[in-house]
Amino acid sequence: MASESLASKTAHELHPLLEAGKVSPRQVVDDLLARIAQRNPSLHAYLDVDADRLRQQADALERSGRKGKLYGIPVTIKDNMCITGEHVTCASRILEGFRPPYDATAVDRLKREGAIIVPRANMDEFAFGSSTENSAFGATKNPWDEARVPGGSSGGSAAAVAGDLAVAALGSDTGGSIRQPASFCGVVGLKPTYGRVSRYGLIAFASSLDQIGPITKDVQDAALILSVIAGHDPRDSTSAPVGVPDYAAALKQPVKGLRIGVPALPTVGLDPQVKQAVEEAAKALERLGCRLVPVQLPHIDRSVETYYIVATAEASSNLARYDGVQYGFRAAGRGGEGALLDMYLSTRTEGFGAEAKRRILLGTYVLSQGYYDAYYLKGMKVRTLIKQGFDQALAQCDVVVMPTAPTPAFKLGEKSSDPLEMYLSDIYTISANLAGIPAVSIPCGFSADGLPIGLQLLAGPFKEDVLLRAAHAYEQATEWHKRTPGAR
Amino acid sequence: MSYETVIGLEVHLQLSTETKLFCGCRTKFGASPNSQVCPVCLGLPGVLPVLNQRALEWGVKLALALNCRITEQMKFDRKQYFYPDLPKNFQISQYDRPLAHQGFLDIAAEGGTKRIGLTRIHLEEDAGKLLHEGHQTATLVDFNRTGVPLLEIVSEPDLRSPEEAYQYLVGLKAIIQYLNISTCNMEEGSLRCDTNVSLRKPGEAALGAKVEVKNLNSFKAVKQSIEFEMRRQAAALDQGQRIVQETRLWDAKALKTESMRSKEGAADYRYFPEPDLVPFIIGSALIEEARRALPELPAERRMRFQDAYQLSSYDAHVLTQSAVLGELFEGALKAGAPPKPAANWIMGDLSAYLNASALEPEALKLRPEWLAHLVELIERGTISGKMAKDVFLQMVQQGKDPSEIVEHSGLRQISDAGQLEQLADDVLTANPRSVEDYLGGKANAITHLMGQAMKRSQGKANPQQMTEILKRKLSQVSTTKGDAA
Repeated sequence: MASESLASKTAHELHPLLEAGKVSPRQVVDDLLARIAQRNPSLHAYLDVDADRLRQQADALERSGRKGKLYGIPVTIKDNMCITGEHVTCASRILEGFRPPYDATAVDRLKREGAIIVPRANMDEFAFGSSTENSAFGATKNPWDEARVPGGSSGGSAAAVAGDLAVAALGSDTGGSIRQPASFCGVVGLKPTYGRVSRYGLIAFASSLDQIGPITKDVQDAALILSVIAGHDPRDSTSAPVGVPDYAAALKQPVKGLRIGVPALPTVGLDPQVKQAVEEAAKALERLGCRLVPVQLPHIDRSVETYYIVATAEASSNLARYDGVQYGFRAAGRGGEGALLDMYLSTRTEGFGAEAKRRILLGTYVLSQGYYDAYYLKGMKVRTLIKQGFDQALAQCDVVVMPTAPTPAFKLGEKSSDPLEMYLSDIYTISANLAGIPAVSIPCGFSADGLPIGLQLLAGPFKEDVLLRAAHAYEQATEWHKRTPGAR
Repeated sequence: MSYETVIGLEVHLQLSTETKLFCGCRTKFGASPNSQVCPVCLGLPGVLPVLNQRALEWGVKLALALNCRITEQMKFDRKQYFYPDLPKNFQISQYDRPLAHQGFLDIAAEGGTKRIGLTRIHLEEDAGKLLHEGHQTATLVDFNRTGVPLLEIVSEPDLRSPEEAYQYLVGLKAIIQYLNISTCNMEEGSLRCDTNVSLRKPGEAALGAKVEVKNLNSFKAVKQSIEFEMRRQAAALDQGQRIVQETRLWDAKALKTESMRSKEGAADYRYFPEPDLVPFIIGSALIEEARRALPELPAERRMRFQDAYQLSSYDAHVLTQSAVLGELFEGALKAGAPPKPAANWIMGDLSAYLNASALEPEALKLRPEWLAHLVELIERGTISGKMAKDVFLQMVQQGKDPSEIVEHSGLRQISDAGQLEQLADDVLTANPRSVEDYLGGKANAITHLMGQAMKRSQGKANPQQMTEILKRKLSQVSTTKGDAA
């Protein structure tokens, strides 16, 4: 039975078994590989899996005798984080053949705690998207309904965790890319405070918004993974020199008396089933002894526009380096006069997909002479206002609740012809990135079609402990996280 | 008609920090291609820059030495353009909040000094180098220079002549060398200079259209290119043409500038704040620390030399333009040389030698005490002034103590009266005609006799003593002849 697979367990369930030697890292990897072999051909959560190398990792780990907080736990890595010697493509043709000679700091920290690193979860090209349909290598499907998207951009990571093709995973979140797929796939997705987790080795989309975070089967695993990857990194100047609290201990703290902020939100496109599930979740928190307080989040209705200015500006600059000169894909050029420009143009024309080109163009435009003030500068000002709004709201409460996404998972192809419609699926997640605050998505119900619905909780900067405490209390009081795609 | 020339300079200075601006790679000049690179300076995906604290401190030092205001919260920006020597296709530079602003430099000018304003100083990373030679179908890229720290020092358009521009560079270079933060080698590219030149009618307040000149690889080229631009722009204005704002390249062989690109063709760099680096708060502690660590600067040293050694303002100026020359001077004094002869050797023979061999003072293998020994050898009469010039050359070329040179080469002057008497007798006997000429009233015939004496002694005869002896002997001959008559 699939449910007996070690891959269906959580990290905190597996760890005592591994540590006591009741199961070996090799057994975990074998179970995981079996599950991947069975499910990945239809789900396409992984771009490729090198079974031999995974087994070698497990065996080497066992031989080393080193045990850590994640000893023998496989952690799946989104294809935009560098792992020494492994291909990394950001699901783009343009990085074809590139293998970094370095580990992302988050990956390095997982390795140091004995985790088995499982490359390469599918994603939207360069994390540009909310459905994983923008992968240059084919879409990922939602394990709950294969006609539907898993969300994005970390759709591969979320689908793998939901479908038991992964025990736990790392995703990255620039405007909701961890939380929205977690919501669509019925798992837990945490975007930490900007600066909480080092971005070194995370291939940048928008540097001032990107954060790495865990996608897991429950809140306890999210706390466990975060405790490993969080902390200051001298190689990332934007990582914060702020101490890392004991997240596991934080989960045990009572939530009684926590003030839960309930904001008035734009409701355009909000599915009534989602609205209802979130309202009921708030009531459930109230029943746990939390106090609901109404809060205002001014300017949040401007977050999508603001985001698409700031994020594309940074993306256009971050992606300039993919030019065919030094590494990755290079188009065959004409040579001769104008060969360099020709090589640049053909490489980028052939190497980038449509959404990447759209964002590069947008970002280039908003930074151009004569448009900078009207777009980028104004965008940055609105960003400051949105951040101030959160500061004020979070002065009146400890945690804000809202939906993660306005709808459950939509159908493959449903929004891919309309970028604006697609952009709006991130309407509730984007503001946490603009404000730099932590936010988590946890399951809070199911639609009539049996699709998961996500509850989003947000807290003040570096208050992941409070966030996880509230999320854990809610999770323990409900049964949503126990449902799996196979057993619905 | 005559015009007023308005010049502003942009100097790019490579800092000689051990490591690059945003990574730990070495910065040694001339290393084999791509041997000083890492994922960060190669701009590989996912890596991040971390500011070199030393580069920041050195920037603050220079800013203080140039009387600038330090920007309390400086930040970095991305300057974006595509070029294969720029691996990220953007350069991390500073746009609207540079390291420092509003400074000045007093330059040597007719009748004293002139104050030249400084607009700004900012930190940025250098680009790599393209190598076109040796491959027919490819251009190679050397990324060793990529990420080396640069300070860009921008002057106000306060300079009015090629000579002022030259003096500005000389003065700036002196300060940089005193601070010991760069090798200032224009040929190796550790100091680069672009000029902005425009003309306007005397008395006019508005600036004319400016022309930027690049590719200047020596101070001389800076001077020559400004002179060329003055002639070119004046001729155009005289003919009623308008000067177009453009960038021109200096051709050091043809001694002229040529158009590179017009303003219309100028790139839109799409500057925006570098999101991978946080704004830097340069606190008063760091500034005070840097101020305390400032060494004596050229202007202070000039005043001190004038006061302490009674040097003329000109001598003091020349001796302090190079930190090395000033240190050589004071070292020689410490080793016992009196100020005036020490100064004269440095300003005379040494400067001539440096010029003739196109060497920088830093390249000298000359110890200050050697200069003192040289002066001492002359004063003691061990060698003549003329011999000293040879000894000096050997000293600087071979890097040897003059005492040793004199000892080994037997260059010691002959001052022994007996030896000189004998030599005089030999010369007089061998040159009867010159003797007759002298006696016949041609006083300058003695020059020929002296020459012969020096030749026979291989230049070692003490010239003063020799002249006296020859004169005495000639007068004796004359007396004898007179008696006979």
